[in-house]
Amino acid sequence: MAYGSGVDVGSTQTKAVIINEKREIVSRSLIDTGANVILAAENAYAQALKNGNLEEREVEYVIGTGYGRYKVTFGDAQITEISCHGRGAVHMFPNTRTVVDMGGQDTKAIRVSPSGEILDFCMNDKCAAGTGRFLGAAASALEIPLSDLGPTALRAEKAVKISTTCTVFAESEVVSWLGKGKKIEDILLGVHQSIASRSMGLMRRVGVEPEVSFTGGVTRNIGMVKALNDLLGFECNVSDDSHYMGALGAALFAMDRILSGRLAKESVA
Amino acid sequence: MIYTAGIDIGSTYVKALILSEDGQLVGRSLIRTGFKLGEAAEKALQAALTQANLHQDDISYIATTGYGRFQVPFRNVNITDLTASARGARFLFPNTNTILDVGGQTMKASRLDVSGKVKSFRLNDKCAAGTGAFLEKTARYMGFNTEEIGPLAVTSKEPVPISGVCAVFAESEVINCLSQGSSPADIMQGSIISLMDRAVQLMKRVQMEPEFTLVGGILRFESMVRVIREKLGAHVNVPQGDLVQFTSALGAALLARQRLQKINQQSAVPA
Repeated sequence: MAYGSGVDVGSTQTKAVIINEKREIVSRSLIDTGANVILAAENAYAQALKNGNLEEREVEYVIGTGYGRYKVTFGDAQITEISCHGRGAVHMFPNTRTVVDMGGQDTKAIRVSPSGEILDFCMNDKCAAGTGRFLGAAASALEIPLSDLGPTALRAEKAVKISTTCTVFAESEVVSWLGKGKKIEDILLGVHQSIASRSMGLMRRVGVEPEVSFTGGVTRNIGMVKALNDLLGFECNVSDDSHYMGALGAALFAMDRILSGRLAKESVA
Repeated sequence: MIYTAGIDIGSTYVKALILSEDGQLVGRSLIRTGFKLGEAAEKALQAALTQANLHQDDISYIATTGYGRFQVPFRNVNITDLTASARGARFLFPNTNTILDVGGQTMKASRLDVSGKVKSFRLNDKCAAGTGAFLEKTARYMGFNTEEIGPLAVTSKEPVPISGVCAVFAESEVINCLSQGSSPADIMQGSIISLMDRAVQLMKRVQMEPEFTLVGGILRFESMVRVIREKLGAHVNVPQGDLVQFTSALGAALLARQRLQKINQQSAVPA
């Protein structure tokens, strides 16, 4: 049995996925990227091998993706995260036509063809508004853990509208609403709605065609999933593996290359 | 003696200043804004009164300015930041035609007409990249506080180019620069240069004309002033010492004095 791996080095977290020839996930790992990007890629990959009880030589092809993809020094190739998220989403949810990837430092909207090809994309990469960082800022301003943001927002009664665009100013806005006696739940709902509406703006620019698959680290936040569903007017595709989507896409491309390489060898023989 | 007060409630600091009728600055104080704007204004005024050896009853007219100007219940009048800084800058430097005001959360360029009124202005208030918050964040990522920005930047030998597009993304940029061996001083100076590039763009959009006067908290750092002087290739006026932070409060106090004189004249006429 051959294995292929994808290592997605994101700005905040590094994800590694290993799949088998049937394109099933056999192992995954997730670590914080930190300052040493090369080490993060190595550690995530080593962890994935360990979790899958695999030896390094059993994995025939490794593809790096994400902003640190060129730091995957042990990788065989690099592919942009846009292609990988598209590929992963169409594999997991075959009717996907639009992908919204929300990561730690950027948000992307991607339109894909039925075969998973990228037709169009647009991203927010010059400004942290509307990215996971906006949630991070709110979490630190309110002094609650990142993982509590979504569940807390779900308990809201009436959203507090967040008027600032900039993540830096939003941090002060959040604290000032708290000072004015607004409830944390209601402020957080406003924060989630603000991010969701920014990502809707990105999606509109590529065209929102159902089904929509939500990928990236922020998919773990149920408040965000709900805010996005409310704006879309239908439910987007999310699974527990959605934040591994980039790594999964990279692993799928790796498997393509393993199998086509084998085909080429067979035809020569 | 008749006294008036100007209180400038900014996003980061509250500045209060007391002016006597003959134009002397008799007291001033600066405190952090926090989230209770009215209370902060009250505290700042009390501290300025203590310094001037006066009581609140001695103040005949209070003008507020800055983003929190409506949150002060004991004000007699509120004035926009642009009008207040224009008045303050003209008082200190009568030939001022263009003002650059860089505060904690805004950057403003304004152009004055002959009479000292604001003719046109441009603001950057939606994005932290063009404001003091950008420098504060950059400094904090490297483990320095706001007061250390100036002294740190002065020691820079070869500034590192910093893109300055987003104050949040600056964190990754700063970490990258540090890991590539750049010194914090060079990174700090690079951030200042990037901020001042934005300032000059803003000034161009109001069709700047000399003389230029710089005001606002961030401009208390000498290296900041040097960079902008080089970029403009012209002399720039900078209020002395901490007065650079008090220009708008001074402008408010001056307008309060003018308002008071007008009221007194009007009430004197029928008699």
